[in-house]
Amino acid sequence: MKSDNSLETSVITGQVAPIVPGDDAPRDTKDRNLISDFAGPIVVFVIFIGLWYLLSTKVLPPQKRFLLPTPHRVIDEGFLTWSVGEQRGLKPILRSLWDSIKIAVIGLFITILIGTTLATLMATRRWMERATWPYLVALQSAPILAMTPLIRALIDGIRLQRILVVVLIAFFPIVNNTLFGLLSVDKSQHELFSLHGASKFTRLRKLQFPAAMPNIFVGLRISAGLSVIGAVVGDFYFRQGGVVGIGAQIDIYRSRLWGSELIAAIILASIFGLVVFVLFGLLAKVAIGKWHTTTRGQ
Amino acid sequence: MAGALGFSNVGMTFPDGTKALSGVSFDVNLGEFVTVVGPSGCGKSTLLRIASNLESETEGKCDVDRNSIGYVFQDATLLPWRNIRKNIEIIAELHRIEKTERAKLAQSAIDLVGLTGFEDKYPRQLSGGMRMRASLARSLVMKPRVFLFDEPFGALDEITRERLNDELLRLFQLEGFASLFITHSISEAVYMSTKVLVMSARPGRILGSFDIPFSYPREHSLRYEPKFAEICGEISLALRGALV
Repeated sequence: MKSDNSLETSVITGQVAPIVPGDDAPRDTKDRNLISDFAGPIVVFVIFIGLWYLLSTKVLPPQKRFLLPTPHRVIDEGFLTWSVGEQRGLKPILRSLWDSIKIAVIGLFITILIGTTLATLMATRRWMERATWPYLVALQSAPILAMTPLIRALIDGIRLQRILVVVLIAFFPIVNNTLFGLLSVDKSQHELFSLHGASKFTRLRKLQFPAAMPNIFVGLRISAGLSVIGAVVGDFYFRQGGVVGIGAQIDIYRSRLWGSELIAAIILASIFGLVVFVLFGLLAKVAIGKWHTTTRGQ
Repeated sequence: MAGALGFSNVGMTFPDGTKALSGVSFDVNLGEFVTVVGPSGCGKSTLLRIASNLESETEGKCDVDRNSIGYVFQDATLLPWRNIRKNIEIIAELHRIEKTERAKLAQSAIDLVGLTGFEDKYPRQLSGGMRMRASLARSLVMKPRVFLFDEPFGALDEITRERLNDELLRLFQLEGFASLFITHSISEAVYMSTKVLVMSARPGRILGSFDIPFSYPREHSLRYEPKFAEICGEISLALRGALV
């Protein structure tokens, strides 16, 4: 059926490209057992750690090895040391990470709210689509962070400024995918609704939105990932005394050449991104897994 | 008996200037099963689209009670996010039928097409033939007086198709609706219909009308009777004329 043309969107560009449609049969049935499920990730992990040791003990010249401490030092100083002074140890890292998580979540929530609303308006009103689309595409490629002085001048408060950066960075994929989903409903399904006098609103609620859910979840997942990036990167530019996000914390470690803490903070920020990604994947599975199968990357 | 569906001198020219239909006149009464055969692109489907008001005729007039139409598409067009029961309820839902009444109507349609036990399955879990049954049941829920079929079984294998032919005829006898059916298959047309119309290539006109003399219920063996073959032959001959 036509409605199977599920879409996956590139994380980098937010563009939509077709992927293999969902099929009743699970893929690689023979191949799916515990060993192959876990062996792959474990092998890659071992290679990764091996390369890391190689870099920090052999490849880097001795006077530059402080830039990349060995894994066991990172674990020792970054993860197992709770707190040394104001800035060192796991405690300040987690504190600043928590601060960024809040910013990312609030920003993402606002993005979803505004993004889906805008996409709905664009899908139901042609002029809205024409009026806003070019600017959305421009926004997507605009160097948001180059506008920091402007954002600072227009908006009071570090938190609001950081949230705005998250929204600006995460905005496009949710609009793009929602709009695409709402507009790519099968023609004969539309006709079915026309035949029985469905109003625009009914059509939206009972046809377009359910049909767009797979696309909306793809958009959500990308936007969620971008909101993490937005929060971390925003921290680099918007910070003040006591309030610091993980990005600001990372920048402090970078400038003071505290390698272990720097790496630990980067790893934790990445894990946060991973958790968000997996969370939204699970959410999609719960919400639409029964009738739609685009659950790759779980 | 007054025609449940009537075309009088209907013509259709699309905005781009394509003339799809010209001077089409015929009636379909309750209890009649009229099938239109014709070359691809001759405007057969346009007839149905006009009857259902998805398109408006540019000449002539099409008379039909638009509140009592069942339309069966080429695809089953089920909504993949709804299970079979909910899919079959959708039309009643669009007509704002109250919930318990809707469930009752849906259940009787489900039983009628033999999908009992599959109510909670999702469309992708069913075969093409079963999806088509569900599509039929969906249209049956509102008990339409006029049924429009746009090559509904074209994508099915022959065995499934013949089985669904019989199912549909059983429903037709049971409900006595007026039926306008589109197909590419001459033998399907003859097997199903009280009357077969042959349409010309674009712009579509009615070239010939064949009354089918067999009584219902029709048996599968009818397809192998000499009289059946003879009528198929005549229609085929008329169709060849349509292509010239």
